[in-house]
Amino acid sequence: MSTLLEVKNLKKHFPINNGGLLKKQNGAVKAVDGISFQVKQGETLGLVGESGCGKSTAGRAILKLLEPTEGEIRFKGEDITGYRGEKLRKLRRDMQLIFQDPYASLNPRKTIEQIITEPMKIFNLPKQQRKKKLDRLLDVVGLSSYHKQRYPHEFSGGQRQRIGIARSLALDPDLVICDEPVSALDVSIQAQVINLMEDLQQEFNLTYIFIAHDLSVVHHISDRVAVMYLGQIVEIGEVEELYSHPKHPYTQALLSAIPEADPELSRERILIKGDLPSPSDPPLGCKFHTRCPYAEEICRTSNPLLKQVSSGGQQAACHFVKEVALEH
Amino acid sequence: MKEETPILEVKQLHTHFFTKAGVVKAVDGVHFDIKPGETLGIVGESGSGKSITAMSIMRLIPSPPGKIVDGQVLFKGENLLNKSEKQMRKIRGKEISMIFQDPMTSLNPVFTIEKQMVETILVHENLNKQQARNRAVELLELVGIPEARGRLKNYPHEFSGGMRQRVMIAMALACNPEVLIADEPTTALDVTIQAQILELLAKLQKELGMAIIMITHDLGVVSEVCDRVMVMYAGKPVEYTDKKSLFKQPKHPYTLGLMNSIPKISAKKEKLEAIEGLPPDLRALPGGCSFAPRCSQATEICLTTDPVLIEHGNNHHVRCLLYEEETEKVVSE
Repeated sequence: MSTLLEVKNLKKHFPINNGGLLKKQNGAVKAVDGISFQVKQGETLGLVGESGCGKSTAGRAILKLLEPTEGEIRFKGEDITGYRGEKLRKLRRDMQLIFQDPYASLNPRKTIEQIITEPMKIFNLPKQQRKKKLDRLLDVVGLSSYHKQRYPHEFSGGQRQRIGIARSLALDPDLVICDEPVSALDVSIQAQVINLMEDLQQEFNLTYIFIAHDLSVVHHISDRVAVMYLGQIVEIGEVEELYSHPKHPYTQALLSAIPEADPELSRERILIKGDLPSPSDPPLGCKFHTRCPYAEEICRTSNPLLKQVSSGGQQAACHFVKEVALEH
Repeated sequence: MKEETPILEVKQLHTHFFTKAGVVKAVDGVHFDIKPGETLGIVGESGSGKSITAMSIMRLIPSPPGKIVDGQVLFKGENLLNKSEKQMRKIRGKEISMIFQDPMTSLNPVFTIEKQMVETILVHENLNKQQARNRAVELLELVGIPEARGRLKNYPHEFSGGMRQRVMIAMALACNPEVLIADEPTTALDVTIQAQILELLAKLQKELGMAIIMITHDLGVVSEVCDRVMVMYAGKPVEYTDKKSLFKQPKHPYTLGLMNSIPKISAKKEKLEAIEGLPPDLRALPGGCSFAPRCSQATEICLTTDPVLIEHGNNHHVRCLLYEEETEKVVSE
């Protein structure tokens, strides 16, 4: 499979101004601080981490909704980092976003028809085609055509998320970045929406970047998973391998912290102490060392790079994991 | 290990809201008890009536439009529904306390933690200000807040989400309550912080011996912390049993559906078995069983006959017609 998206050393820093008249900058929130990964055509990459780890910012920077501070984004082999104006607008056809909050992401004054056809209007699709497309989209996301003239407030959370999904598919995108698409939904509805997203991926050959904090959901839907901590990827690999043999202490702690709905399952829980440090003042060295149960002197001074930790291509950024040669 | 007499018994509780659009039967026949030192989980999706059950116990239902139309809430044998507002104020926060989902909105942003904690303590305990302040420091240390004395002067926004929830717990424990109602206490938190808070609650329960009512939508949390569980759907309890039998032999099709719709890391499935359809509108409940329109095992009769909660097997209560024929004992109407 060909590589659809390649991100190299992507950084997004938000400047902190001192509030004075001259807006002197005295620091930066390093929301995303040098992440690199690839996404292949048709696969789902899960991006997980706790709140504040930079996963949403990463998603937005890839879509160029935020201007990246540094780094390179290649989409279908082309460097899109410097795209502006008309070029960028055209690019947006192929990259879409599904939002977390189905209440805030739909315009309450527009009907469902207006909401879903808006992107098609922007790209000048003829009216006849728009109508046909709308019916088809409503059908694939499981809504009826009599819903067309209704307003968002007439729908439940799950239905709204379906509307958001239909809108994101209106222009036949290649890449859809899903930012916590199911975390606002009840479990029974969540399962419906996840199933829908999987069906649509098959049908339209979509590539997903699935941003979520729920590790069970990410496990279910992803082919590969990247774990983020304070703006960096600490571990990335095939989903089964990463979940069964997590190499980075943070991934291990994260996985052991998920409560599983099975009282018979006894696991050893690794409790990590404390809270996430502030991204405006991240710790020196390995960013996880303040909470890591295994931290030693070297972790306080030098920041580990991602290295191969299994023959299957799993990578982790920790001083204490062994490097393994990649199998070919 | 556990004493046999329940500390809190809720009997046939019905809380309805009388709105312009019709009567909303938010809680319709909730029935459970809890013993000292025990954790009871109340599970359900949004709108199933779990929070209204908690609010009814605390007598915090806004009236109008809400009204507890029927039932009893027996706390140490006394019916709380017959208490005056003045008497209730002595019970709330002292004997029964509550923690909420969102610690940012349940703490007052314009007062320091000290002011809010000392106020709670002074209302209920016969202490002077200095003693109350010391008690506040003790409590913050108990819930694991570092440099407790110094942090008393902080405002809520100066704490992280997990720390704020710890402050909430400290405030709830200020007067050694015998029952703690935790309404989705970890839903707004990250998993690593959630694990910390759950661990803390378990530790405090062991030390202080209080009963905990854990309201949650997360079956994972239930499996971690609860002794017994009540599953609710559309205002009614549909299954009520101990944790082990719930997970081993879920009986109600809704419970089963819930369990199948969560992705499990230990067993990856091709497809999640979602429950079809949407939860019903509480103003216009379907005749018969409220779950029937979404139930995969529903038959003709389910659409017309509303089942009652029956005991099926040892202390395993279920509200479903599938089990009614083999009924052993009817426990509720």
